[in-house]
Amino acid sequence: MELGNQVLQYLLSGFSTGAIYALIGIGFSIIYNATGIINFAQGEFVMLGGMLTLFLMETLKLPLWAAIPLAVLLATLVGLVFERLAIRPLSKASPISLVIITIGGSILIRGLSMLIWDKDTHALPPFSGDEPIMIAGATVLPQHFWILGITVVLIGLNKWFFNHTISGKAMRACSYNPRAAGLVGIDVRRMVLLSFVISAAMGSLAGIIVAPLTMTSYDVGVMLGLKGFCAAIIGGMSSGIPTVIGGLILGVLESLGAGLISSGYKDAIAFVILLLILFIRPQGLFGKPESERV
Amino acid sequence: MRFRFTTLTTAALLLLSASLSFAAGTIKIGGLFSVTGPPAFLGEPERNTAKMVVDTINRTGGIKGQKLELVVYDTAGDATKAVQMATKLIRDDKVVAIIGPSTTGESMAVIPVAEREKVPLISCAAGSKITDPVKRYVFKTAQNDGLAVAKIYEYLQKHKQNKVAILTVSDGFGASGREQLKSLAGKYGVQIVLDDTYGPKDTDMTSQLTKIRGSQAQVLIVWGTNPGPAVIAKNAKQLGLKMPLYMSHGVSSKKFIALAGDAAEGVKLPSGKVIVSDVLSKHDPQKGSLMAYVKDYQKQFKAEGDHFGGHAWDAVMLLKAAIEKGGATTEGIRTGLEGLKDFHGIGGTFNFSAGDHAGLNKDAFVMVEIKNKDWMIAK
Repeated sequence: MELGNQVLQYLLSGFSTGAIYALIGIGFSIIYNATGIINFAQGEFVMLGGMLTLFLMETLKLPLWAAIPLAVLLATLVGLVFERLAIRPLSKASPISLVIITIGGSILIRGLSMLIWDKDTHALPPFSGDEPIMIAGATVLPQHFWILGITVVLIGLNKWFFNHTISGKAMRACSYNPRAAGLVGIDVRRMVLLSFVISAAMGSLAGIIVAPLTMTSYDVGVMLGLKGFCAAIIGGMSSGIPTVIGGLILGVLESLGAGLISSGYKDAIAFVILLLILFIRPQGLFGKPESERV
Repeated sequence: MRFRFTTLTTAALLLLSASLSFAAGTIKIGGLFSVTGPPAFLGEPERNTAKMVVDTINRTGGIKGQKLELVVYDTAGDATKAVQMATKLIRDDKVVAIIGPSTTGESMAVIPVAEREKVPLISCAAGSKITDPVKRYVFKTAQNDGLAVAKIYEYLQKHKQNKVAILTVSDGFGASGREQLKSLAGKYGVQIVLDDTYGPKDTDMTSQLTKIRGSQAQVLIVWGTNPGPAVIAKNAKQLGLKMPLYMSHGVSSKKFIALAGDAAEGVKLPSGKVIVSDVLSKHDPQKGSLMAYVKDYQKQFKAEGDHFGGHAWDAVMLLKAAIEKGGATTEGIRTGLEGLKDFHGIGGTFNFSAGDHAGLNKDAFVMVEIKNKDWMIAK
C-alpha cells in the first residue's frame, strides 16, 4: 500500500471525525454568541444523545428510528431544564461564574447518568449496515456518510434559521448587543433559553450519529466536548462555516499526525492548536477582529 | 455533664466488649476493592464474588467451625485511599489477612503497609512487579501479563508467523503489556516490525491501522481493555485489514463481543478459563471450580461470572486453604499460603513457594477464538 493511498485514508478518516467536532463546536458557539458564556456541559449533551438512544432501544424496545428523535427531544428537555434551573436564576452573574456553573452542571449530569445507567461502554447499531465502501483505495463506512450528510443538513438549517427567521434574527441581535436588543422589545431571556435548546438538540444528535462508530458511555462527553470546543475556537466562535472548517482542520491534522508522526501526539495536537490560536489569533483563523457572530 | 460522660463511656465500653466477644468466634479478613472509580469494572465483580464466597463458606460450616467475617472498603481506584484503608483494616479492624486491591498501582502502594505490619496481602491485580521480587507477606491471584504474551507467542510460533505489529493502549495495562511483548519477542523468535500506541479514550484508530496495513506485519497484536480494542476491531474491518487480529486477556469478556459486533469474528486471544468453562474438557483440573463459580455467580448476580471476580474467588479460597493448614494467625496464613500446591482455582492452578508468590504458569491461559459471537478454543 503506497503512501498516496495511506494519505487519502488519513484524510477521509480525518474528515469524518472532523465533522463530529464541527457539530459539537457549533453547539458551543450558539450559546457563546447568545450569552457570552462557554457551556462546558456541551459534551454532556453529546453523551446524553447516545446514552438515551441506547436506553430507549433497550428498555422500551423502540426501533432505532423512533428512539433517535425521542432521545434528541429528551436531551433537549435536559438542556431546557438546565438553563432554567442553573443559568437563569443567576442571570446577573458574571460570565466566569456562569462558566463555572456549566462545569458543575456537566459533572452533575455525568454523575447522574453513571448512577442511572452504568459505567460500561455500549455500542449503538450502525444506521445502515457496516460494509465498508471503497473510494479510490481508501475505505469509509456508511455511517460516515450519515455523519457528513447530517452535519451538512444541520449547518444548512442553522444558516437558514439565523438569517431568515424572526427568532434567528432576534438571537443575532442579542449577540451583537443584548441591551439594545432588549430595548427594541426582544425577550433576551427567551433567546438565551432558545440557544440552550438548540445547542442541546444539536449536541445530542451529534452524539447519536457518532455512537455507532465511537461507542458511548457516561464519560464520553469529556473528550468530545473538548475537541468540539477546540473546533469552535479555531472557527472564532462562529456558528457557521468557520467552525465547520475548524472541526475539519482539527480532524485531519489529528489523523495525519497519528498516521505520519506518532499516535501518541493525537490529543496533544488538539491542545497545541487550541493554545496557538488563543495566543496568536484569538478571533479564530478566519475571523476579522470584529466578526459576524451567531 | 459529668454523669452524661460516664454513661457515654460505659455505653461505649459495653459496645466495644460486645463487639470483641462477637469477634472472638470469627476470623476477620479485609477486602480492598475499587468498587467505584475508573477500575470499577474490576472492583465490583471482585467485591460481589468475595462476599458470595464468604457467605458460602459460612453457610457450609465455616473454616474448622469458625465463621469468616469480611470487612470491605472501597478504594475508588485511588492509591492513597487504598493505603489509608489498609492501615484501618489492620489497626482498627484487626484483620488477619487482606484481599485486594484491584489494580497494580494500588497494590504497589499497599505493599509497604502489609510488609511493615506483617499481615498477608493477596492482591487481585496483574502487574508482575507485585510479586517480583518476592515480598514476604505479598501474594497475588491475577495472572501476570507475561504469561499471556508467552501464550500468544507460543501460538504464533506453532503457526509459523513471526512478523508482528503491536498496538498498545497508553495506560498502565498497555505499557506493561508493551514491555512484555518486546522483552519476550526474542525468546520466541518473533520480530516486532511496527510498534504503535493509542489513547485510552481514542475513538478512531484508522490512522494507526492504515500504517500497519502498509507494513510487513503478518499479524497484529492489540493490548488494551474495552472499549479501545472494540474500536480497533471495527476500524480493522472497515479498512479491510487482512492480517489476523490478536488481543490481550484484557478483553476476554462477552462485553467485547457485544461492543465489536461482527468485527469480533475471528479475533484470537489468550484468556483465563472462566469464559470457556463449558467447553473445557472434563479432564481439566480446574473444571470443577470453574463450573461451580460460574453457576453460583449467575444465580446470585444474574450476570456472567468473569475473571476479575475469579481473582477474588481464588484469593478467598486460597486464604481458606491456608488457614486450614497453618491456622488463623497472620504468620500461620503466610506460611500456609507459601506451602500451597496444586490448588485448582479460577485463574489457574496455583503452586506457591518461597520463591514464587504468583504461583501460576502459562497453562493458566488458553488461546480462544471468537466464532459466531461465542468463544471457541483456538486450534
